[in-house]
Amino acid sequence: MIIEPRASVSLLRSGLAPIWAVAGALALCAVLILWAGTPVHTAYWLLFKGAFGSAFAINETLTRSIPLIFTGLAAAVAFRAKFYNIGAEGQLYAGALATTFFGTGLVTLPPVLMVPFLMFVGALAGGALLIVPVLLKTRMKVDEVVTTLLLNFVVLLMVSFLIEGPWKDPMALGWPQAAPVIEQGILPQLMAKGRLHMGLVFGLVAALAVWAMMRFSVLGYEIRAVGFNAGAAEFSGINVGRTVIVTALISGGLAGMAGVSETAGLKGYLTLDLSPGFGYTGIAVAMLARLNPLAVVPAALFLSAVYVGSDAMSRAVNIPTYIADVLVGVCVLAVLFSAMFTQYKIRWRA
Amino acid sequence: MPVLEFRGITKRFGSLTANDDVSLTLEQGEILALLGENGAGKTTLMNILFGHYQADEGEILVNGQTLPAGSTQAAIQSGVGMVHQHFTLAGNLSVLENIMLGTERLWAWRQQTGAARRKLAALAEDYGLVVDPDAQVSDLSVGERQRVEILKALYRDARILILDEPTAVLTPQESESLFATLKSLTAKGLSVIFISHKLHEILAVSNRIAVLRHGAIVGTLPAAEADREKLAELMVGRKVTLPTRQPLAPGEPVLQISGLSTKGQGATVLRTVDLTIHAREIIGIAGVAGNGQRTLADILSGLSADFTGTVTIHGKPLAAGRPRAIVASGVGRIPEDRHARGMVGEMDIWENLISEDLRSDEVSRWGLVIDRGRAEARARRQIEEFDVRCEGPDAETRLLSGGNMQKLILARALSREPSFILANQPVRGLDEGAIAYVQNRLLEARERGAAILLVSEDLDELMTLSDRIAVISHGQLSEALPAGDRSIAQIGLMMAGQDSARQAA
Repeated sequence: MIIEPRASVSLLRSGLAPIWAVAGALALCAVLILWAGTPVHTAYWLLFKGAFGSAFAINETLTRSIPLIFTGLAAAVAFRAKFYNIGAEGQLYAGALATTFFGTGLVTLPPVLMVPFLMFVGALAGGALLIVPVLLKTRMKVDEVVTTLLLNFVVLLMVSFLIEGPWKDPMALGWPQAAPVIEQGILPQLMAKGRLHMGLVFGLVAALAVWAMMRFSVLGYEIRAVGFNAGAAEFSGINVGRTVIVTALISGGLAGMAGVSETAGLKGYLTLDLSPGFGYTGIAVAMLARLNPLAVVPAALFLSAVYVGSDAMSRAVNIPTYIADVLVGVCVLAVLFSAMFTQYKIRWRA
Repeated sequence: MPVLEFRGITKRFGSLTANDDVSLTLEQGEILALLGENGAGKTTLMNILFGHYQADEGEILVNGQTLPAGSTQAAIQSGVGMVHQHFTLAGNLSVLENIMLGTERLWAWRQQTGAARRKLAALAEDYGLVVDPDAQVSDLSVGERQRVEILKALYRDARILILDEPTAVLTPQESESLFATLKSLTAKGLSVIFISHKLHEILAVSNRIAVLRHGAIVGTLPAAEADREKLAELMVGRKVTLPTRQPLAPGEPVLQISGLSTKGQGATVLRTVDLTIHAREIIGIAGVAGNGQRTLADILSGLSADFTGTVTIHGKPLAAGRPRAIVASGVGRIPEDRHARGMVGEMDIWENLISEDLRSDEVSRWGLVIDRGRAEARARRQIEEFDVRCEGPDAETRLLSGGNMQKLILARALSREPSFILANQPVRGLDEGAIAYVQNRLLEARERGAAILLVSEDLDELMTLSDRIAVISHGQLSEALPAGDRSIAQIGLMMAGQDSARQAA
C-alpha cells in the first residue's frame, strides 16, 4: 500500500470531503445503535426529528449552535496560525466572569450600548487569559496545548470559588450561582417563543468578519503565512511572534464572546454548568469546517443538531445520549481522514 | 555478459511516466555514469533496482539472473550495494557497529564482533579505505562518513555499487579521493553506477555515460567521446548557453562589512569578517556547508541582529533584524532553502510575490487590506518577465517545479532592481536549463550595476560567476582574490581549513 500526494485537488473533491466524512461517521455509529438494540433508521429519524422536527426543536438547535459558532471560530483562527488553543472552555468562562463582574450592576448603560459593552469586555477577558500562554510560547517555546488546556481547570475552579463564595447570589435560594445580569445587558430574544437570542446574529456577524479578515486583510495573510510556513514568513519580514500573539488575542476574544452570549443571552446568570464543554466541541467544529470561518456556521449547526437531536432520541428509545459524543468524535476523525484523502490517494499495488 | 542489465523498464505514476522503456547494461569493472536533470528518472530507476518500487514493465538481470521485483533483500543478496546521497548512519554508534547493523541474526546470543572486525580490516586494506573501526560516526568528517557507507556496502559483499549524487557534500579534495577509490574498486572487478548531474565530475570519473531525459535514455556514449556541451544538450534536449561573465570595471563600494563577529562557539560563529563588494561585482564565497555561511546570510537578510561589527549598504548601516527594511533599502535576497524560507507552498503565487512588501501602497490599502487586483496585475508582469511556467498568478505555489519556484524568488528579489543581491545557493537542486537561467539573471543584474554576494558549494559555479572569490572556514573569511588567482585545489585546501594555503589579508 502506497500513499501518494495528488497532483491537484479539485474544488468539488475538497468540498464534498466533509459530507463523505459525516456519512461515514453516521454509518459507523449505526453499528453502536444496532448494538443498543434500536433499528438504525428509527434512531436517526428520531435524532433528525429531535433537531429539526418542530419549531421548538429548530429554535433549540439554533440556540445551541451559538456558543459553538464562537468557539469554533476561536479554534479556526488559532489553528490557522498553528497556535493550538485548547483553552476555549476557560476563555468562555473568562467572558462569563467579565459579564458577571460588569453586567450585574457595576455598569449601567442603555441596552444598545450595554450589550456591545459586555461583548467587548467579555472578549477582552477571553483574550487576556491567553496572554500568558502565548507569551510563554513565543518567548520560551512552552507548548501552548498544555498551558491552555490546564488553564481551563484553573478558570473553572475560580468560577466555582466565586459563585460559591464572594459572588454567590443571596437571592438564589442557596444554589451556587452569581447575581443575574441586569435587564439592559440581556441579549434580546429573536422569537416570541423559545430561547433563541441575539447571540446568533452576533455569531453570524463574527463568522463573516473573521472570514473577511482571513481572506482580504494583511493580518489574515500574515496569520496564514505564519501557520503554513513560519520560516518563509519570517524571511519575508513578517513578525512571527507578534502575529501569533495577535492571533491568540483574537481567538481568546471570540471564545470570550461565547461566554457573554451564554451568560447574558441564554441563562441570565453565571453557573458552573454554563458550558457542557462548548470550548472543546468548538475544536471539533473548526475541524469539521476545515478551519474555514464561513463553514464554521454549518458545522456548528450540525454538531448542535447532533447534540439536541440525540437528547430527544435517548428520551424516546433506549440509547444513551453519549452516542452524541461518540458521533461527534467519529465525525472529527472521519473529517481528518477525508482531508488527508483530498490531498493524498492510496494505491494498493506498488 | 553484463553484471547488471535493465530490460525495458517502464514505471508510471498516474499520468506521469517516470521511466520509459529504459534498457541499460553495466559491464564488469566499469564506472557507468547516470546523468540527468532532477526528475529525469534516475532515482526511480535505482528504487526499482532496489525493490522500493515495482516496474510496470520490464525486468532486471543481475549476472544473467532475473531479480525478483519488489524485494530489497534480493537486491542486496545478489550483490547490489547503494550509497545514498543522505547518509544512513547512526551518529551515536561506532563505525564497526554501523557496518554490522542489520547483518546479524536477530536472536544471536552476542555480537560476533571479532569476525566482523577482521572482515572490515581486510576490506579496508584491500580497497585502501582507511577508517578507525572504533571511532564514533558523529566524530567523522563527511568524507570519512561516505567511506563508511561504501564499506558498509562492501561488507555485505556488494559487487555492484550505486552512488547517488555522492559528491554533493564533499570538498574538491574529498571528491578526488572518492574518484580514486572508485577507480581502485573497479580495478578489483567491482562495477559502479555513478549518479550525478555535475558534468565535469562525470567526465572525470566514468567510463561510459548514459543520459536520461523525461524518463527515457536519450543517449549512451563513452566518456572519451563526450564533452560538456554535448552532455548538457542531451540532458536538456536543446542547446544550453552556458553563462559567461564579461569583464566589467567595478563601481563604488555598495556593501561594506568590517569586523563582523557573532557570539558563541563552533564552526558557524563568524570571526571578524571583513568584506567590501562594489557595484558591478560578484563576490563568491566558497566553503563547506556549516562554516558560517548561514550565519552571515542570516545577518544580511535580516533574520539575525545578534552581531558586533558594522555592516553598511551605500554607507548607511544595515537595518539589522528587519527584513522588510533591508529589502526597502535596496537589497534582494535569494534564500538558501526555497521551500523552508523562500515560498509558502500552500499560498498562491501572487501572494508569495507580495510577501516582502505586504504593507506598501503598491499592493495594499493603508497597509491593512490587500489590493488583490493590483497585486495580481504585478504578479502577472513578474511571471511574464521571469518566464515562470505556471497556470497563472492564482495557482498554488507548491505545484511549481524547483526551477519555476526559484524563478519566482528571483522575480520577487530582482524586480525591484536592488543594488545589493544576496544569492545563497541560488542554483542548488536545479536542472541545467534553470541553472543557466538563474546565473544569467545574476550576471544581468551585475551588468546593471548591482553588487552581488554569491554563496555556493559548487566551485565551478563560483569560478564561472565570481569576479573575486573568498573562502570561509570555521567562521573566518579569507581575503577575496580575483577568481583566477587561486586554483581549485588551493581553494579546496582553504575550505578544509588549512591555514598554510590562506594568504595574509
